[in-house]
Amino acid sequence: MALSRRREATDMESAAVEAYMALEIVWWVLLGVLLTGIGVMVGMDMGVGTILRYVGRTDGERRVALNVIGPHWDGNQVWFVLGGGAIFAAWPLVYATAFSGFYIVMLLLLWSMIVRPLGFEYRSKMPSERWRAVWDSALFVSGFLPMLVFGAAMGNVLQGVPFHFDWLLRSYYTGSFIALFNPFAILCGLMSVSLAVYMGGSALASQAAQPVAGRARTAAMAAAIIAIALFTIGGFWLAGLDGFQLVSGPAPGMQQTPLHQQVVQVPGALLANYAGQPLLWAFPGLAYLALALGLVLHLARRPFLAWWLGALAWIGVMGSVGASMFPFLMPSVTDPSHSLTIWNSGSSLRTLGWMLGFTLIFIPLIVWYTSWAFWMMRGEVSVQHVESSEHSY
Amino acid sequence: MVNDFVVDLSRAQFAATALYHFLFVPLTLGLTVLLVVMETIYVTTGRDIYKQMTQFWSKLLLINFALGVATGLTMEFEFGTNWSFYSSFVGDTFGAPLAIEGLMAFFLESTMIGLMVFGWDRLTKAQHLTVTYLVAVGSNLSALWILVANAFMQHPVGAEFNPVTMRMELESFGALFFNDDAQSKFVHTVLAGYLTASVFVCGISSWYLLRGRHVAFAKRSFRVAVVFGLLSSVGVITLGDALGYVDAKVQPTKLAAMEGLWTAEKAPMPFNAIAFPLQDEQRNAFEIQVPYMLSLLVTHSLDGTVPAVDELEALARARIRNGIPAVLAMEKLSSSPNDADARSQFEAHKADVGYALLAQRYAPDLTQITDEQVARAARDTIPEVWIVFWSFRIMVGLALLMMVYMLFGTLVSLANEIEKRRWFLRLGLVMLAAPFISSEVGWLVAEVGRQPWTVFEKLPTWLSASTHSESYMIFSITGFVLLYTIFAIVEMFLMVHFVRKGPEEPAPHGAVQTAGGY
Repeated sequence: MALSRRREATDMESAAVEAYMALEIVWWVLLGVLLTGIGVMVGMDMGVGTILRYVGRTDGERRVALNVIGPHWDGNQVWFVLGGGAIFAAWPLVYATAFSGFYIVMLLLLWSMIVRPLGFEYRSKMPSERWRAVWDSALFVSGFLPMLVFGAAMGNVLQGVPFHFDWLLRSYYTGSFIALFNPFAILCGLMSVSLAVYMGGSALASQAAQPVAGRARTAAMAAAIIAIALFTIGGFWLAGLDGFQLVSGPAPGMQQTPLHQQVVQVPGALLANYAGQPLLWAFPGLAYLALALGLVLHLARRPFLAWWLGALAWIGVMGSVGASMFPFLMPSVTDPSHSLTIWNSGSSLRTLGWMLGFTLIFIPLIVWYTSWAFWMMRGEVSVQHVESSEHSY
Repeated sequence: MVNDFVVDLSRAQFAATALYHFLFVPLTLGLTVLLVVMETIYVTTGRDIYKQMTQFWSKLLLINFALGVATGLTMEFEFGTNWSFYSSFVGDTFGAPLAIEGLMAFFLESTMIGLMVFGWDRLTKAQHLTVTYLVAVGSNLSALWILVANAFMQHPVGAEFNPVTMRMELESFGALFFNDDAQSKFVHTVLAGYLTASVFVCGISSWYLLRGRHVAFAKRSFRVAVVFGLLSSVGVITLGDALGYVDAKVQPTKLAAMEGLWTAEKAPMPFNAIAFPLQDEQRNAFEIQVPYMLSLLVTHSLDGTVPAVDELEALARARIRNGIPAVLAMEKLSSSPNDADARSQFEAHKADVGYALLAQRYAPDLTQITDEQVARAARDTIPEVWIVFWSFRIMVGLALLMMVYMLFGTLVSLANEIEKRRWFLRLGLVMLAAPFISSEVGWLVAEVGRQPWTVFEKLPTWLSASTHSESYMIFSITGFVLLYTIFAIVEMFLMVHFVRKGPEEPAPHGAVQTAGGY
């Protein structure tokens, strides 16, 4: 039945293949946008959590820091929720394989993340010093650890993960949990923590009163320097790693699963795309340029602009990762042929299409009302302001 | 190949975390709407007591909301972490409404709730009211999309199984969205949330009235909530009935379990008001019946019948046999998608793929399946009867009780005699538990009643679970128990603290107000 239909409507069929391929690429880019959104928005709040006890020496100062992001962290966190939901809907095999494979790490990420809403909401509800100290630690852990895991997950995905499928496409993870914290992954994790501290520090530098703003600026500048160093080390390290290469398989845009292809591991393949398309160097270039310029802007005491350059740096870093990996999403080291690529792990044409429609309508709306929320809550947050307000954290 | 213990632990963990999450969700759903009512009255009449009400109840909402968000993150993770095959099997369909929930609803709700709390001094009255409306719209839309996703598990429409990609693929977004299970369950669930919030506000107001504190505030809060609660309770019961009507058609096994119906009977069928179901012997040890009632309740007619367990098992045995060739064909299609023979074999038997997968738990090699294994798998299609049977009765009983409570409360409150009825105020404190218990058992009816499937008749639960080791599961369950216990203690402590503290009374001597902050 399928065969006769194919003969009759070859044109329609090839149009569908092209549309599917286009949608897979669009959703790959959107995946990058969402992960960047997580880095920029959630990372900023988590950066504030990480440096909370450094920028705030007294309770009043810490409250200043918390109240700068207070009205927004809840909305920002949805980038994370949306990231999870979008991977589930657009890349179900990636969601299934990564979340179950990284089980223990995912739980540590989850547990540290779910303490965060309580840290924000509950900290200021009681005046006791011990109560607040406990929530301060909670906010530190829930800022530092998720960003570490976020980066470490990227690091593991770059290196490949030990998993394979059975004929029904059930995934089996065969690595240990400790192996996920290998040196390269930790380096990537620290990279993501330093970008988070940069974002958080820049946000505080631009909206908090002194002395919080001054300390936040120092933290942001230190973070930018560390990020530049880690990015450089990571780049050289990555050049020596085994990458992956698609040897054969169905053409992009055709229906396929990870059971239909041949993949081999090749040393240095993570830079193969750059060799083929030198324009891609623009991504690491952007990361360097943005961080360096951000540093200069902090020196010139323009923290608001410096924040935006941090966002550009995230785009540069995420873009670099994507450019290295393409077309892989999550390669397998135990059976490279079972690697997940953007051609074999996406949802169907119809689902990707519907989801794109909703995204095109709602992302602009989200950006619009988020901007409105930031605009309404603009202005400096000071100790005096926090302590006199009825509604602050 | 499959460790039953790991599957059981995964189920236990999911059920526990979902039930826990569902303690907070209904209250958030309802309180956001009650806040809309209160703030609307404040903005239109300008009376400060309504502002005081809005601010006080929104403080309690926030404490509750934080835990709802936190435990909701768990739910989003858990599909992937613990139900990985389920996730890849349904991501194409179930994933879409989940992602749209984030895009359309949760983002709105979360962004606006920040402004709702922090924006009192920054926004105009009209702007703040708009923000409060958007929080309520967001939380209710959120429920809509989550229940559209859930309805796909209950009644998988709008999708077709693809034997190469091994998943349900979207055929019609409209069918997925307008699933009748989704529509009736959405209204049923949000109304249950409104009722929960009403009982919550009535209960706490009753406590103030008993103590003679914040009397004007409490009387007014009570009145707003009780009228709202009365309407909601009528609605929740009506829609519950509609949902039962839908379930009767799509999930006869759930219905048979709900009614403790073991053997086939002729119309008009009696209703088991009380029974002690014995699963292994497939009979009730004891039952009190109301003649004709079951036919009336479920089919809304006297000559309608409801299939019993014995009939359903016989049907399941046939469907298992019929599905086996399809699964065998899938095994070939998995590596060679263009195998035309396998394709046509699959097409002929595809309706019962799920049943054959269910049987594979006992017969990994389906070509060698025995009659005894088929019978065992068919027996699995009946969920735990006593849980579903009793959860259902507790849910309905409590709903009726709450309706009577709301009716009486409305009469007393409108007659302005609420303070005189001290027994009724005390009853209000006891009633605080009712909506929460009712929501929890409602979840049990829906989800235990769906067993042994994660996607009804398409994907069995045993196959859905991730292939973890026992130690992984013990680690995660221990972590959840510890963390969630601490959360519960902190939440109760804060709730009680702020309820005891009460709303800020307008300061007559110009004293400094310290609500919200500390």
